[in-house]
This record gives sequence, C-alpha cells and structure tokens, in this order.
Amino acid sequence: MVVVKTEGLTKEYRTGFWRTRVRVLHDLSLEVQQGEVFGYLGPNGAGKTTTLKLLLGLIYPTAGRAWILGKDVFDVAVKAQVGFLPENPYFYDYLTGREFLDFYGHLFGVPYRERRQRIEALLQLVGLGKAGDLQLRKYSKGMLQRVGLAQALINDPQLIILDEPTSGLDPVGRKQVRDLILDLKARGKTVFFSTHIVPDVELICDRVGIIDGGRLARVGSVDDLVGSEVESIEITVSGLEESLWDQVAARSIRPPVRRAERVVFAVKTEKEAAQVIELLLGRGASIVAVQPHRQRLEDVFLREVAGRE
Amino acid sequence: MSRIWVIALNTFKEAVRDRILYAILAFATAMIGSTFVLATIGAGSGEKIIRDIGLGFISLFGTLIAIFIGIGLVYKEIDRRTIYTIVSKPIHRYQFVLGKYLGLTLTLFVNVIIMTWALMGLIYIGEGLWDFRLFAASGMILLELMVITGIAILFSAFSTPTLSAIFTLSLFAIGRLLDDLRLFGEQYAGDVGRAVIRAVYYLLPNLGRFNISGEVVHGLPLSEVVSPMAVVYGFLYVTALLALTAVIFQNKDFR
Repeated sequence: MVVVKTEGLTKEYRTGFWRTRVRVLHDLSLEVQQGEVFGYLGPNGAGKTTTLKLLLGLIYPTAGRAWILGKDVFDVAVKAQVGFLPENPYFYDYLTGREFLDFYGHLFGVPYRERRQRIEALLQLVGLGKAGDLQLRKYSKGMLQRVGLAQALINDPQLIILDEPTSGLDPVGRKQVRDLILDLKARGKTVFFSTHIVPDVELICDRVGIIDGGRLARVGSVDDLVGSEVESIEITVSGLEESLWDQVAARSIRPPVRRAERVVFAVKTEKEAAQVIELLLGRGASIVAVQPHRQRLEDVFLREVAGRE
Repeated sequence: MSRIWVIALNTFKEAVRDRILYAILAFATAMIGSTFVLATIGAGSGEKIIRDIGLGFISLFGTLIAIFIGIGLVYKEIDRRTIYTIVSKPIHRYQFVLGKYLGLTLTLFVNVIIMTWALMGLIYIGEGLWDFRLFAASGMILLELMVITGIAILFSAFSTPTLSAIFTLSLFAIGRLLDDLRLFGEQYAGDVGRAVIRAVYYLLPNLGRFNISGEVVHGLPLSEVVSPMAVVYGFLYVTALLALTAVIFQNKDFR
C-alpha cells in the first residue's frame, strides 16, 4: 500500500520588496510504501523541510498534489494517522512533560484512560520516566527532542514524519533514535524522515531520496544507489622488504602508507590483489588484512550535491 | 467542540502560568484599593467615587491584559513554531483560532470576576453591603474586552506584536470616542466628510456602547441600563472579527 504519494509537487515563495518568486521545490513526484523507512537526504536548504510541510498541510503547494494513505493531505481527518516531529522542536515550555503529551493526546481525541497508559509507556520508551513532571523549560535539548518524539507517537500513527530527528543529539541519543525508528518499522509503521547525516540513512533506511536545490536527484534503495561492486581492495602487510616498495607503489592506486611496521596500500581489482598477495607471500611478507571497499552512500551524496554546485 | 476546548484550556493555562498576569492583577487590586483613600478625602459622594474609579480600573487593566496577551496569542505560536505540531494534528485551522480566543476570554472572565469581587469587598468594608449591581457593569466591560481581544487576535494573525499593539490601541481609542466623532461630524463636517465619518462609525467597533458604569453607579434600574442590542452588537462584532481572522489563518503558509 502506498502511504505517501506526491505528484508534481512544487512550491514557490515570494520574497523581498518586489515579491520575486523563488522556487524552493521543483516538481517532486515520489511514493513511499507501507512499512518502509524512507530517508530524505539533502544538504541544508535543499527543500527537505518544505516537502515535509507540504505533506503536513502547513504550507500550500504552488502546483501538484500530495496524498497520505490515499487521501489528500488537506483532508484534516487523515492527520489522525500521522505523527510529526519538527526540526529543533519548540514546545509550550510552561507545560510539564506529562501535560504536554496529554495536550496532544487530547487533540487527537484519545480517550482519557488510553491517554494515561500511552503517556506512561511513551515516557518510558524515550527515557523520560522521571522527568514527566518537570516543566519543559527545564528540559535539555536532547530531552526536548525525546519528548517531541513521544508527542509524535501519542496517536499510535501509521505514518511518522520526522524532520532531522538525529541532528543535535549525541552519539548515544542518535543511536536511540535510530533504534526507535527500526522498532517502529518492526511494528509495520512507515517512517519518512529527513536528515543531512548520511550514516544514519545508510544504517536504517530501506529507501533513500537525495534532494538538492529543490530537486529530487536520486531515489532508490541504498544498494541501488551505491551499487554492490567493489571499488578498491585495501591490503595491509607487515615485514615488507625495502626492495619491494617500488613494485607495491606501482600497483597501488594511491601512494602506500607506512604505519609502524605495517604498510597499507590499495589495488583496483580482486585479480590484482591475488597477484600482489602471491608475490608478497613468496618474499616473506605477511598479510595482516585484506579489505574490499564498496562505494559509500556519502560518496554518492557528495557527488550529487557537488555536481549541482 | 472538544478540540477547540483543548486549545482554549491550554491557552488559559499558559496565561495563568505567566507571571505578568499576576503582576497586572496585583497592581489592579492595589489600584482599586487606593480608590478607598480617594473616596475618604473627597467630599460628598464617596460611595459613587469608589464605584466609578473602581470600575474604571477594572476596564483599564482588563484592556491591558486583553491587548498584551491578545497580540501574542497567535503570533507567538507562529514565531515559536509551536504551530507546526498543532496544524499537523487533526484540527481545522479555524478551531485553533476559536480555541485561542476562548482561552483568552476565559482568562479575562476570571480576572474581571476577581477584580469585581475585590471592588465589592472594598465597598462592603466601607458600607456594609454587597453591591451585586456592579456585575452588570463588569459584565459589559467583559463584552468590551471580548471585542478588543477579537481585534488583537485579528492583527496578531498577520502582524508583529508591536504593530498589533499599536493598531489595537488605536482602534480601542477610536472605538471609545466613536459617538463623539459622529456627533462632531454631524455638526461640523461637509457632505463628504459626514459620509466618511458615518462609514467609519458603522465599520469600527463602537466601544462606548458597552460603557454603562456611570448609569450603574448612579443607581439607574438595570433593565434600562443594559441594552440587549448592545449585547447582540458585541457578539456579532466578535463573530465578524473571528471569521476574518480564521480566513487569514486558513490561507497562511507556516514557513
């Protein structure tokens, strides 16, 4: 089932004294299926937040349409199935964590008893069990991000839209958010999240869309985008004879590097690797490590972004 | 209705947890108390002076709360981006506007009641009687405050708090003087000027209609003082202001 669908979605803003039109999103068409974790990757100002705001009905498209669960995004009823965490969330800081979640649960029309249960469960889930009665003005940035996540889940949504959920978090916090997203996926939920942190996408996404300059540059699974071919093979040896240095340097695709007793170099193909290993073993060197390198998503991302600049 | 009520209660909670409200309320109570002194040093009709000035203070401080909370009511939600998590929920935008408005109205209602009781308490100390007629005057003050809140929320939907404060205060001042303005126009203006003044008179809120404090203080029968037409007028005006705010809000991009 298609959970998110956009067709020719375009957004222009009028800015400045002369109200000049600036197009921030160009003709975006994409689909996200149920149960998918979709990573929306792009540099700052690429149009990620604009897309999310269009999906949530916070801004109106200049052209094109968007649907969630088959219904137009401006159909208010469909939002009952959606959870949203904005970027750098600002919340009502005069409320306590519990009151805050209760407010949103109430807005969704979650009945009282169910609300109580969900609030406790969510506070535990995001690790704020003890901070539930503290006013949000006393929360740290990481705690706000977590209570924001809890808020996005209060209605047990089918689709969870997260805007930069891991930015500004420490490595532990980032991992917790990634685990939470995977947990949601395991429960059959669809997660659409934007980020500029490539490793997060690589680790948890089923599919990735790369957006830059308001245009969707690439979309596909991580494997589709990076390919499965080996780009180079890195070989680490020890006990290398000095007389062999030139031969190794000649075969290496980059200058060999000495690290204490070891030498690290890289060859292009598996065949070359086999030949050079055979040669080195015959001359008394020992092989410490052989590591094939595939293209990383970061390389694809940087190439896409650099190509447009 | 329930979603509007959720927003309203949250708005009320925000106001109640804001220290500024307590500062205004404390100051207002102190000022109402000070009328006691004025009345004792003034000659003759001390009872009327207490009521007159006391009701004046209720109106003044109510107006301050209405304007200074009202102008930030919607603007703050947009500026602080708390609006993102509201509009992305299953709630219509007009419901949000109504909820914010009702929340502030509730705040004003509670404040006016507290201030009126403070004034009545003061009168009880001086005269040994509870003057419940004052609630008629403060009820009309509340209606005026509701109109002012409607104006403030309208401006706050598209303008900064400073500009909204200036606009709302201007409309408040004009609204209070509208009857005099019309009188002036009828007597001294030419045909065109008269037409303009008449248009302004019907378009802008005639806040003088809600001021019955003088009549209440002077003991006129309430059935003659409280005009049902003024009440209808107040509610219609508020409805129009809220409808306009909702339309502006509905078409807004939350960038």
